[in-house]
Amino acid sequence: MEFDVVIVGAGPAGLAAAIRLRQQAEQAGQDLSVCVLEKGSEVGAHILSGAVFAPRALDELLPDWRERGAPLNTAVSEDQFLLLTQGRALRLPTPPQMHNQGNYIISLGNLCRWLAEQAEALGVEVLPGFPAAEVLHDEQGAVKGVATADMGRNPDGSEGPRFEPGVELHARQTLFCEGCHGSLTKTLIDRFRLREGVGPQTYGLGIKEVWEVDPTRHRPGQVIHSVGWPLDTHTYGGGFLYHLEDNRVAVGFIVGLDYENPYLSPFEEMQRFKTHPAIRPVFEGGKRIAYGARALVEGGLQGLPKLSFPGGLLVGDTAGFLDVPRIKGSDNAMKSGITAAESVFNLLTSSAAEGIEASDFRRRLDNTWVIQELHRARNIRPGFRWGFWAGLAHAAVDTYVFRGRAPWTLRHQADHERLRPARDCQPIDYPRPDGNITFDRLSSVFLSNTHHEEGQPVHLKLRDLQRPALLNLPVYEGPEARYCPAGVYEYVETGDANALRLQINAQNCVHCKTCDIKDPGQNIDWVVPQGGDGPNYPGM
Amino acid sequence: MKVLVPVKRVVDYTVRVRPRSDGSDVDIANLKMSMNPFDEIAMEEAVRLREAGVATEVVAVSIGPAASQDTLRTALAFGADRALLLETEESLAPVVISRALAAVVGEESPDLVLMGKQAIDDDCNQTAQMLAARLGWGQGTFACRLEMGDGEVIVTREVDGGTRIVALKLPAVVSTDLRLNEPRYIKLPNIMKAKKKPLDRRPLDSLGVDTRSGIRMVSVAEPPARKPGVRVADVGELLDKLKNEAQVI
Repeated sequence: MEFDVVIVGAGPAGLAAAIRLRQQAEQAGQDLSVCVLEKGSEVGAHILSGAVFAPRALDELLPDWRERGAPLNTAVSEDQFLLLTQGRALRLPTPPQMHNQGNYIISLGNLCRWLAEQAEALGVEVLPGFPAAEVLHDEQGAVKGVATADMGRNPDGSEGPRFEPGVELHARQTLFCEGCHGSLTKTLIDRFRLREGVGPQTYGLGIKEVWEVDPTRHRPGQVIHSVGWPLDTHTYGGGFLYHLEDNRVAVGFIVGLDYENPYLSPFEEMQRFKTHPAIRPVFEGGKRIAYGARALVEGGLQGLPKLSFPGGLLVGDTAGFLDVPRIKGSDNAMKSGITAAESVFNLLTSSAAEGIEASDFRRRLDNTWVIQELHRARNIRPGFRWGFWAGLAHAAVDTYVFRGRAPWTLRHQADHERLRPARDCQPIDYPRPDGNITFDRLSSVFLSNTHHEEGQPVHLKLRDLQRPALLNLPVYEGPEARYCPAGVYEYVETGDANALRLQINAQNCVHCKTCDIKDPGQNIDWVVPQGGDGPNYPGM
Repeated sequence: MKVLVPVKRVVDYTVRVRPRSDGSDVDIANLKMSMNPFDEIAMEEAVRLREAGVATEVVAVSIGPAASQDTLRTALAFGADRALLLETEESLAPVVISRALAAVVGEESPDLVLMGKQAIDDDCNQTAQMLAARLGWGQGTFACRLEMGDGEVIVTREVDGGTRIVALKLPAVVSTDLRLNEPRYIKLPNIMKAKKKPLDRRPLDSLGVDTRSGIRMVSVAEPPARKPGVRVADVGELLDKLKNEAQVI
C-alpha cells in the first residue's frame, strides 16, 4: 500500500506529527495520505507515563483542546519534593524545573486515545494491532517504508495454518515514533550510523501502579516526587505519587539503568518505596488496579542521535527528548512530532523526489524550546554518576549558579557497561511482599493485562544462546531475572544439579525494552511480536 | 442465501475486569473492547460460506452504544457486506435483544442467523434460543460443524460426552461453539476496505420493540480471594491435612 507519510507508533509524537501533517495539507488545500501503525491492540494500550503533563505543545497543535474534550481533568494544585531516608521524609525546596503550575495530572494513554480520534477526524488512517516489523529500503538504500509483522507463525518460524504475511507500506517519508529504544530505530541507528560522533543513549526504568484509594486519603491535584531511600547513594532514581480524579492515585518509581549492582531489582525497589512511612498511608485501605513498566530515555542532549536519514526521521523518545530535571517528555515528544511534520510537509510539497532527507528537521528543532531546554539541562543527569550527594550538589550549582550555561558538557557511559561483576557487589535483601501494599511480580504482571498469543516465535531473541550460561549467570548472577519487571527471565534448574538454564517467559513481556538496554553482553534483541500482543493498559 | 450475524461489543478477553467500588456493575472505563469471541467464530463461518459461494450476502448487526461501530467495522473487515447498528446506551438483557433481533429478521429476511452461543461478559447463553422461539424457526445450538444441504443446514452440536447431528429446515438459527473454526487474522487492506463499506446507524427505538426485561441488576462482586497454599513437611502431614482440614479423603 502507498502513502505519502507512514508513521510508526501512535504515541504523543506520532499522533502529533500525523495531526500536524493533515492540518497543513488542509490549509494548503492539498491531499496528503498519512497512516499511523501501532503495535498495541488499540491506541493507548502500550502507553505508560507518570504523568504530569505540560500542555504547551498541545496548545500549539489543537488550541481548542478544552472544547474538544481532551482528557486533561486534574490541574496540579500542590508540589512536594521529598528527600527520603529510612523512616523519614525531609521536604526540599522544589527545583525550578519541577514547578508544575498550569500542568495537569493525566493518563497519557487516554490522551493518546483522544489524539487518535482527532487524527482520524482529520483523515489519518490509524491502524492499531499492526506492528512495523521491518524497515524497507530502495536500491539506493533510502527508507521507502515498513513491513508489518507476520501473523500465525509457529514457534520455529514456519507458517502455521492461519498464517497471514505482513504487508508492505510504502511511503515518501517514514517517521519512526516508536518511543524509548524502538526496535526499528535500533536497526536504523546501525545502518545509517546515526550515533557516529554522538555519545550513547542512557535510560531509566519506570514502574507504575494505579490505585483506587480511600476517599479520605485522596488529594486531587497533589504531586509528590522523592529522591533518596530506598535506593543506595550510588544509584540514580526516585519515586512519584500523583493524585488523579475519581480517587485514583498513580504511584511509580524510576531507577537509572546505569545502576552498578547486578543484585538490584527495580521492581522490588518500587515495592519498597510504597512502604515508606511518608508514602504508605495513601494506600491503606486502597486497592491496586493497574500495573505496568516502561524504559525511558535519560541521555538528554548528549544522547540524541542524528535525527534524519534518506527517506525518514526519528521523532519523539525513540530519538530521546525527555528532559530529566523537568521529569517530562510528552510535551517535547509532541513538539518534535509537530516540527517533524512541518519539515516533512515542506519537503514533500517542494520536491517530488523519493528517498530524500528532511535534514532541516534538527535545525528547526534547535530553534524550539525542546533543544534549548535540553541544552540548559544537559549536565544535570550525568553529574549523578558521582553518586547521589555529589550529583545533587552539582545539580544545584548547575541550576542556580550556572543556570545551565556551564562552559562544559559532561559525557555519558552506556548503561550496560556500568554493571559490575556480582563478586564486587553486595546482594540486596528485599522484604517479602505483604499482599496488601506490596506484591510479587506475577500478580503485578496479571494487572498489566499483557497477552501474547501462544505458539508464536519468542520475540526476545538471544544472539548467542550460550551467553547467559557463560557470562550473565557466572559473572553477574543473572541480572535479567531482577531487572525485568514482568518476570520474563527466569533461571530454572535443569536435570544437572549444578546447572541453571535461562528460561524466557515471553508471554509475560510488557514491552518495556529494559532487557535490550541493560543486558551486559548486549545479547538480547527485543523484536515485535504478533500484532495486538503485549499489555492492555487501561489508561496508564 | 443471506446470512445475518449479530455481534456484541464486550470487554476484550485478555483484560481483567473488576466491580465498581459501589458494586453496581463492572467498571469498564478505559478498558479495551472487542468483538465477542464466539461472535467472531460466527462471523468467520459466515464469511467462509460467502467465500464458498453458498451465501450471497452477509449482514452484521449490533445493538449497543455508538462505539459498537468499531465492532461492526471489524465484522466488515472480516468480510461482511454491510452492517447495521441499532443504537442504545442501555445495557439490555437477552430477552430484549432477542425481541430486537426478531424485528431485524423481519426487515432483512435472512435464510440463516449465525451467532455466538453466548457473550463473554454476561455469559447468558440465551439470545439464540429465544430468537429461534420468537421466529418459530429451528435452532442448532453449540455448533462445532456446519454443512449446507438442500433447503436445510446440518449442524453438529456439542453435547455432554459427544456430538449430536441435527438437520434444520431453513430459515434457521445456529449458535456457534469454540470448535467450529479458528477465526482468521484480519488483513490490513481489508481494514481499509471496511471503512468504505455501508454501515447504517439507527436508534434502537426505530424498531418499536419493548425494551423492558423484568430483570434488574442488583450487584456484582469479585469471587472470594483464594487462600494462599501451605508447604507441608512430609506425606504424613499432607494426608493428615487432606483428611482432617480439607476433609476430602
